[in-house]
Amino acid sequence: MKFSEQWLRDWVNPAMSSDELIAQITLAGLEVDGVESAAGEFSGVIVGEIVHIQQHPDADKLRVCQVSDGSTETQVVCGAPNARVGIKVAFATVGAVLPGNFKIKKAKLRQQESFGMLCSAAELEISEENDGIMELEADAPVGIDVRDYLNLNDKIIDVDLTPNRGDCLSIAGLAREVGVLNSADVTAPECTELAPQIEDTFPVRVSAPEHCPRFLGRVLNNIDITKTSPLWLQEKLRRCDVRSVDPVVDVTNYILLEMGQPMHAYDLDKVNGSIIVRMASQGETLTLLDGQSVELTNETLVIADNEGVLGIAGIMGGADTGVNVGTHNVFLEAAFFNPISIAGKARNYGLHTDASHRFERGVDYDLQRKAMDRATMLLQSIVGGEAGPIVEQASVEHLPSLATVTLRKARLEALLAYKIADQQVLDILTRLGLTLVSSNDEGWSFTAPSWRFDIAIEADLVEEVARVFGYNNLPSTSPVASMEIPAKPEVERSLSILRRHMVSRGYQEAITYSMVEPGLLAKFDDQNKPVELVNPISADMAVMRTSLWPGLVKSLQHNQNRQQSRVRLFETGQRFIPSDQGLQQQDVFAGLIYGSRDPESWHGKAQSVDYFDAKGDLETLLGMSGQEFSFEAAHHLALHPGQSAVIKLNGAPVGYMGAMHPGLVKDLGLLGPVYLFEVDLASISLGVLPAYQSLSKFPEMRRDLAIVLDQTISVATVTHYVESSAGEWLNAVRLFDVYQGQGIESGQKSLALGLTWQHPERTLTDEEVNQWVEQVVDHLSKHAGASLRG
Amino acid sequence: MEHLKQLVTEGLDAVVQAADEAALDQVRVQYLGKKGELTQQLKSLGKLSAEERPAAGAKINEAKQQVQDAITIKRTMMAANALSKQLAIESIDVTLPGRGQTIGGLHPVTMTIERIQDFFAQIGFSVAKGPEIEDDYHNFEALNIPAHHPARAMHDTFYFGDGTLLRTHTSGVQVRTMEKQQPPIRIICPGRVYRCDSDQTHSPMFHQVEGLLVDDNISFADLKGILHNFLNVFFERDLQVRFRPSYFPFTEPSIEVDIGYQGEDGEQKWLEVLGCGMVHPKVFEHSGIDTEQYTGFAFGMGVERLAMLRYGVKDLRMFFENDLRFLAQFS
Repeated sequence: MKFSEQWLRDWVNPAMSSDELIAQITLAGLEVDGVESAAGEFSGVIVGEIVHIQQHPDADKLRVCQVSDGSTETQVVCGAPNARVGIKVAFATVGAVLPGNFKIKKAKLRQQESFGMLCSAAELEISEENDGIMELEADAPVGIDVRDYLNLNDKIIDVDLTPNRGDCLSIAGLAREVGVLNSADVTAPECTELAPQIEDTFPVRVSAPEHCPRFLGRVLNNIDITKTSPLWLQEKLRRCDVRSVDPVVDVTNYILLEMGQPMHAYDLDKVNGSIIVRMASQGETLTLLDGQSVELTNETLVIADNEGVLGIAGIMGGADTGVNVGTHNVFLEAAFFNPISIAGKARNYGLHTDASHRFERGVDYDLQRKAMDRATMLLQSIVGGEAGPIVEQASVEHLPSLATVTLRKARLEALLAYKIADQQVLDILTRLGLTLVSSNDEGWSFTAPSWRFDIAIEADLVEEVARVFGYNNLPSTSPVASMEIPAKPEVERSLSILRRHMVSRGYQEAITYSMVEPGLLAKFDDQNKPVELVNPISADMAVMRTSLWPGLVKSLQHNQNRQQSRVRLFETGQRFIPSDQGLQQQDVFAGLIYGSRDPESWHGKAQSVDYFDAKGDLETLLGMSGQEFSFEAAHHLALHPGQSAVIKLNGAPVGYMGAMHPGLVKDLGLLGPVYLFEVDLASISLGVLPAYQSLSKFPEMRRDLAIVLDQTISVATVTHYVESSAGEWLNAVRLFDVYQGQGIESGQKSLALGLTWQHPERTLTDEEVNQWVEQVVDHLSKHAGASLRG
Repeated sequence: MEHLKQLVTEGLDAVVQAADEAALDQVRVQYLGKKGELTQQLKSLGKLSAEERPAAGAKINEAKQQVQDAITIKRTMMAANALSKQLAIESIDVTLPGRGQTIGGLHPVTMTIERIQDFFAQIGFSVAKGPEIEDDYHNFEALNIPAHHPARAMHDTFYFGDGTLLRTHTSGVQVRTMEKQQPPIRIICPGRVYRCDSDQTHSPMFHQVEGLLVDDNISFADLKGILHNFLNVFFERDLQVRFRPSYFPFTEPSIEVDIGYQGEDGEQKWLEVLGCGMVHPKVFEHSGIDTEQYTGFAFGMGVERLAMLRYGVKDLRMFFENDLRFLAQFS
């Protein structure tokens, strides 16, 4: 909310500078977002009167004016079409300095001398309006400084109010707050009850009193809508960021700004029969003041007449019954709508208005009569007319109830770790408008004022006292707590360790969006239907990822487009997999490599990464857990059919890895090959607690075997056969060569295996070991068709 | 014995003349070997009387030792020369880069989260996690933000069709923790959060760290103390910090914390860095915690914002482009 500092100071005027005031309210929770001057920096501009005017002899668009400052007349050449005799103008005299350090000097325009300049509002940076010179009020005293006349040494303060402080959405509310903070008195403008001048009333029926507990109406006949709002009123509105429209709208806006009461005025001659406050019927339509047409739901409170809807209650009026140039008689509305009834409704219609903003947060429910009288008087002073009596429909049982809230002294002191003097507590709360109901040694009971919707429990009072006392004036300590050490299983592998492991293998950590483009995701996963956002921010962030690969691949693309020839990325995060048991939000660890194996260097020719680089990196990551993982050839939509594996833990799949499918690489316009992996974080975040086994004192025996067998038989299978036939004391099987080519039949491969045995309690004999070797060779021959390499 | 002197002189000379290890060995054999010339001299002792023998023997041994010492010294010198030759050959350019991988790096968001976690771990906070796709209850209702509450408009929530949503803050983890655990509670909840908003200073996805401390006698002063301490440690400076009243439905009093700095014009400026407050009694009630016995405070901070301040990053979007030139700066 933007407001004029001068206007506030009309109500309460603490002896402090603007900066001090701004700091003070910010530290009371009314955060100031910005401050601007009410006008540009200028000097030497006075109120002048055009007393004579004649056409410039040599220029069609210029006129030569004689401008009076009350004592002397000065000649000024002016091009504004609205320059005419009798108007009061902002006259920049010779020597004046306008915004932008523009100095006014004596000049000659087409041979006519000009001593000064008549200014537009835009030239003085008072508004954007630039159609002609500024016309001041007819009674403006000639000769005085325009800054003084328009009270321009003012600041426009933009305060960002939190939703609980609807009570500060007015000059009156802000003044009340400033009054409390400075223990200063607040003076509201004089406002007496207005005696009706005519008997006319208009019938009002409230059929939804739970939503509209109070509704006041008044007829105002025979107004002169052709009058314009006085400059002071326009200026006050402008400084609160409200445009002047016509006197009726201006006055309702003025009341909204000054008192916080949104009002509405209807063109009475267009309202049929009576005013009815009711819920809309589903599908009823209405054209709003802003011209847009809306279809209403039956959860919307409306103001209607006998024939249809006139406006959405508390949000915006309708176009048909709005005040316009042809209006003679108006019906003024000042109501209290229940905040719950208005909350969220404006947003449902894509609207946000000054009225809805206030009603949602709560408007003082005792304010309507005062606002109505003040509005009527102000309006009559501009457009005249005769006012009828106020018609009020109120449902007391639906008005907010006055909660009695207790504040215990001990609780206040314990929560703040500080004792604020009782008298100060009382002073703060009563100045805020709370009423002391009772008190005893233990504390006080208060009722909240009608403008505070955020005071219901003790904590609310603690907050108010602390806030006004000043958070920065309260003590600061270190808490004392029990030093009990929380349990931390040794086998847990923290994400931090896993991440650092990948970093030490040359990977950069990436963070990609959890929302991805559905088309891209479908190229990586055709098994899971991703969950879709109802309101995505853009089409390329419309669904939740079921794999981290699309994000990593997009990052690869970004870097390839920037000439990066070597990319190693990993990411940890959630993927979102719909399942029969509901949505699974799984933490995974994923990676991607592309480009040369090692950074470009002098150690010989760069080699491109392959499957085994990725696998080696992944194996060390899996190895952090100390569990046994297995890799099996597998098919995956996004992977090369001959270079992809499913990773299993205890027989259950926990991830995939492999070469990105060359077709997909090409499809996405990437450079390949690219290798990917993704594993469940849970499978690697638990390790195994080490359990000591005694070391054998006896020597290890080793035999190397070279076997030839069908190339399709995997090393994992061969190792399995070896382990199942090499006897009890086999220690390890190491593969130390794989060979295909000369000397080996096509379709076959040669494997070289190193087998070691060791007995815990004795030295093994050659005979024993030779026998196991024979067993292994037999077994491999029988089950894998392997023969010893000749 | 004249002959002995002569032999020693010849032997020492031969040692000097020996050009390599083999020649030196030959000298040793020639003079000191079993049949070596000096060794042979011992045989001549038989011709001497028993009285003369000891003195003569000693002289011969002394002569042998003289030659032996010369050989030893020469051999040591030769080995040292050979080694220094070898070392000279083996010299390399030690400035050439090493072999294998260079180190990668953590994402600055991770670095920042870990710093925050480390600080709070030291005072007994443990890490709690929660789902990113959250239900309305844990993201809003249980945090005292009922439907249509004006605060919901500030959250710009992403919704799914079934009533679930992308969490707008990590505060829901507070609720999930308190549902399962009675005080004392000391947790920190880092994670991704989502808001339907995107520009230079807003990202549809960003990170928050939420903290919660619930115990007997936790006061507003404790909150101020811990957070001021945290900010000083995080920024490694003695900061000016101010606590400004604000509003979050799930805390009361609610506070925004600003850090002070000197603007370019020399003016004192303030920058908001985190939000916090005493846990609202309604939140305790939703989670089944006795509001009379326990009090507590919660705080939340935007990780990217802290990372931007700490490392001087200007554009929030950089964090999610994963440009290697950007990421490598944090290695």
